[in-house]
Amino acid sequence: MSKLMGWKELPPCDQLKASTAEEFETGDWRLGEKPVWHPETCIQCLICWISCPDSAITVKDQKMTGIDLKHCKGCGICARECPTKSKSITMERDK
Amino acid sequence: MAVVAKTGNEAMAEAMRQINPDVVAAYPITPATEIVMIFAQFVADGLVDTNYIPVESEHSAMSACVGAATTGARVMTGTSSQGLALMYEILPIASGLRLPIIMCDVNRAISAPINIHCDHSDTMAARDFGWIQIFSENAQEAYDNLLQAVRIAEDPRVLLPTMVTTDGFIISHGMERMEMLEDAQVKEYVGEKKPAYSILDLENPKTIGALDFTDYYFEHKMPLVQAMKDSKQVILEVGRDFGNKFGREYGFFEKYKMDDAELVMVALGSTCGTAKVAIDELREQGIKAGLLKIRVFRPFAAEEIAKELAGKKAVAVMDRSDSYNTQGGPVFTEVRSALYGTSNAPKMINYIYGLGGRDINVPQLKSVFTDLSKIDKMPEINYLGVRE
Ligand code: SF4
Ligand code: SF4
Repeated sequence: MSKLMGWKELPPCDQLKASTAEEFETGDWRLGEKPVWHPETCIQCLICWISCPDSAITVKDQKMTGIDLKHCKGCGICARECPTKSKSITMERDK
Repeated sequence: MAVVAKTGNEAMAEAMRQINPDVVAAYPITPATEIVMIFAQFVADGLVDTNYIPVESEHSAMSACVGAATTGARVMTGTSSQGLALMYEILPIASGLRLPIIMCDVNRAISAPINIHCDHSDTMAARDFGWIQIFSENAQEAYDNLLQAVRIAEDPRVLLPTMVTTDGFIISHGMERMEMLEDAQVKEYVGEKKPAYSILDLENPKTIGALDFTDYYFEHKMPLVQAMKDSKQVILEVGRDFGNKFGREYGFFEKYKMDDAELVMVALGSTCGTAKVAIDELREQGIKAGLLKIRVFRPFAAEEIAKELAGKKAVAVMDRSDSYNTQGGPVFTEVRSALYGTSNAPKMINYIYGLGGRDINVPQLKSVFTDLSKIDKMPEINYLGVRE
């Protein structure tokens, strides 16, 4: 763990730089299951992307490219909402 | 400068017009309604450039103020009693984020029973939220204090939200002679706001008010502690400067016939005017009575007040609210604590008076001084003007 700052070292007025949530790895919070993407059946509808509450579905050039497990909390919404018959995201045992 | 007749509410609304804040968000509540109502008319008449946000509650009013202030805007609001109580959740957010929001706060009793008249229970309940609190004796002081509040709150050494209070109806609706500065003088006096930051600064995006756990919350409260300490110097500087510029100097308190006083009353707000009359009459009878009128309640000028009271024979601390704590009102507990461990501390008793706008008059205040002359026989906490 990095050294904690004393109060005199803090930036004024309770300001932080933007987007600090990115540095906070909420992937630690998963309890047992993680989503696994199956690109061979994926139809690129991006429903998982718009449904994910943690912005953990990664997208490049308007195409889904995978799942950011550093931030995915394992809620399973993506797997549930994925519309393909075979389910292009499934929840599987973590670790 | 113009000599005018104004009520406390009119005086505060006029000060707001002259300050010309960027944003005002407010919700009406008796007896503070007029302040923002008159100001809304100024907005409608195009006399100010303010973005006026009529909201659906005081909770929203203070929330909108916080949001607006994070953009660096100069922000003002006005409220009272239950309205202030509805803001309580947001008040410490304003101070925690160090947003110098200015509030006109008209002191009024809080329910139950429902009551629209003056006491200090609303403002005193907000005393530990990190706001500077300045009390006014009359409309002139309300006006002067509001102008100074801008300079105090926005000083880079302070950056604390500030409420200026008047007493409900007694000051808010009482018409008095007062002196108003010219618009241009006020414009120059308050100057352009130089905000510490703006969330609209797209070159430097920021997170404001993020979550702190056990590892950082404590550290984030410490600058507030320091700012309150540092504000004392700024309050004195601003008060002195106001005196130099406009002829009326202000400090943490006003001393009335204190130099040779033996029996001293400590009070704040409109009661101080009545107390001065009582003291004048007692002085004619050779009784050495004096008044220490506290103007700034937050920060509390403990050392300075202790110094003024040291060596006095007897002191009566007047509280227009009760803490319901069995050991006296909020002013009493502060003043007594300020004197703890000092040498030459006077004997001291407390009077809770005027709750719910109960009248306080000259004979009653004179009777307090009579009590002081036999302080050893007096109970520590007294309720003045209530029927048993
Ligand atoms: S499991 Fe939940 S958090 Fe993880 S990628 Fe799917 S929707 Fe997002
Ligand atoms: S919801 Fe299923 S099919 Fe649609 S993009 Fe996501 S993984 Fe592919």
